[in-house]
Amino acid sequence: MRGLLLRDLRLAVKAGGGFGLALAFFLIVSVLVPFGIGPETGLLREVAGGVLWLGALLACLLSLDRIFALDWEDGSLELLATSPLPLEVVAITKSAAHWLTTGLPLALVAPLLGLLLNLPSAGFIWLVASLLVGTPALSAIGTFGAALTVGMRRGGLLLSLLVLPLYVPSLLFGAMVVSNGAEGASVGTPLALLAAISLGSLAILPFASAAVLRVNLR
Amino acid sequence: MALSGAVLPWITALAVVLVLGGLIWGFFFTPNDFRQGSTVKIIYIHVPAAIMGSGTWFMMLAASLVWVIRRHHVSALAAKAAAPVGMVFTLIGLFTGAVWGQPMWGTWWEWDPRLTAFLILFLFYLGYMALWAAVENPDNAADLTAVLCLVGTVFAVISRYAILFWNQGLHQGASLSMDAEENVADVFAYPLWVCIIGFGLLFVCLVLLRTRTEIRARRLGALIAQERMA
Repeated sequence: MRGLLLRDLRLAVKAGGGFGLALAFFLIVSVLVPFGIGPETGLLREVAGGVLWLGALLACLLSLDRIFALDWEDGSLELLATSPLPLEVVAITKSAAHWLTTGLPLALVAPLLGLLLNLPSAGFIWLVASLLVGTPALSAIGTFGAALTVGMRRGGLLLSLLVLPLYVPSLLFGAMVVSNGAEGASVGTPLALLAAISLGSLAILPFASAAVLRVNLR
Repeated sequence: MALSGAVLPWITALAVVLVLGGLIWGFFFTPNDFRQGSTVKIIYIHVPAAIMGSGTWFMMLAASLVWVIRRHHVSALAAKAAAPVGMVFTLIGLFTGAVWGQPMWGTWWEWDPRLTAFLILFLFYLGYMALWAAVENPDNAADLTAVLCLVGTVFAVISRYAILFWNQGLHQGASLSMDAEENVADVFAYPLWVCIIGFGLLFVCLVLLRTRTEIRARRLGALIAQERMA
């Protein structure tokens, strides 16, 4: 399991550039938003939380099809399926590797982009906290979507159609944490619900991912 | 097949009679509402379509569970057949709601919890149907869509209640409950119930028809394969 995790991390960092790509995409989305809605700082301040969450979510989506696609192409996914490691563990390890290479870096660079979008200073800590708590759900849901569409033609488009509706609750609570935090209001409830979605997804979705992987490998 | 073939014409006839009867009763033989005028009559399409739009998803959930547990092929085909029907009902609900909302709320669309949740349900239907269309092997497609339906249901329910935190809405609350104090007046409620039952039967008839078509298509495929082997 640790070997698989380290292998995926090494592949993500060294080969293909999927690692930096998501961060660059996040940066570009955040830079484009002021062009779209105008440079007034008051307006930007209001939408910053939601925009940053949306940007992180799309950046996460961008790298989803790489979770299983490369392993599918070179056949190592079949080796993993026949290995003594249960497929559920493979799925959660893949989610963990995806989170470490996208969710975690996204959460860490988010404050810089918050600066660009004029996020109030009280919101920074909650921006990082909500992304840290919320992005594991994005990775787990994304792994499920990637497992559903592995090996399909036009898989990438289908993947976003399937996964984005599942992201609704996380996005909603995540953006709510940031905007409440920026206004100095209480963030306890949305943060707890965000964490609940992440923990629930991590607990249940690896089983669903493993089930659909077995079907797709049949 | 024999049973559904025998029952289908009767259900179809009954559905047509009830839907037409309910709509004609509702449109021409009920008074206009005191405040809403004649726009109130859109309720006879909007409410039944919305009920069937969300009800269809639960029927698909039940059919998917039967497929996953008992691997009964007809249930997978029934879930497949029901999805476009449910999607159209959802679309009708959204559309008639917009048409009614324009004169009444002064807006075609409002980010109200019920409206938003229904729009998300519509997206779930789209994803579900796209997945059916994308997988070639029918058994694999049935398995994948069944798991998607189970996971989707969980997230749809979470979304439905998550949205309540996000925005309190304009949409009126339940007004056909048995125990509520304020309900729709009886003059409106009776044709409405006829329409709801009629739409329900219409749903049954469409799903039966589409499932029979799917079964025949599957048999035809098997026959063609047999011919090739021989």
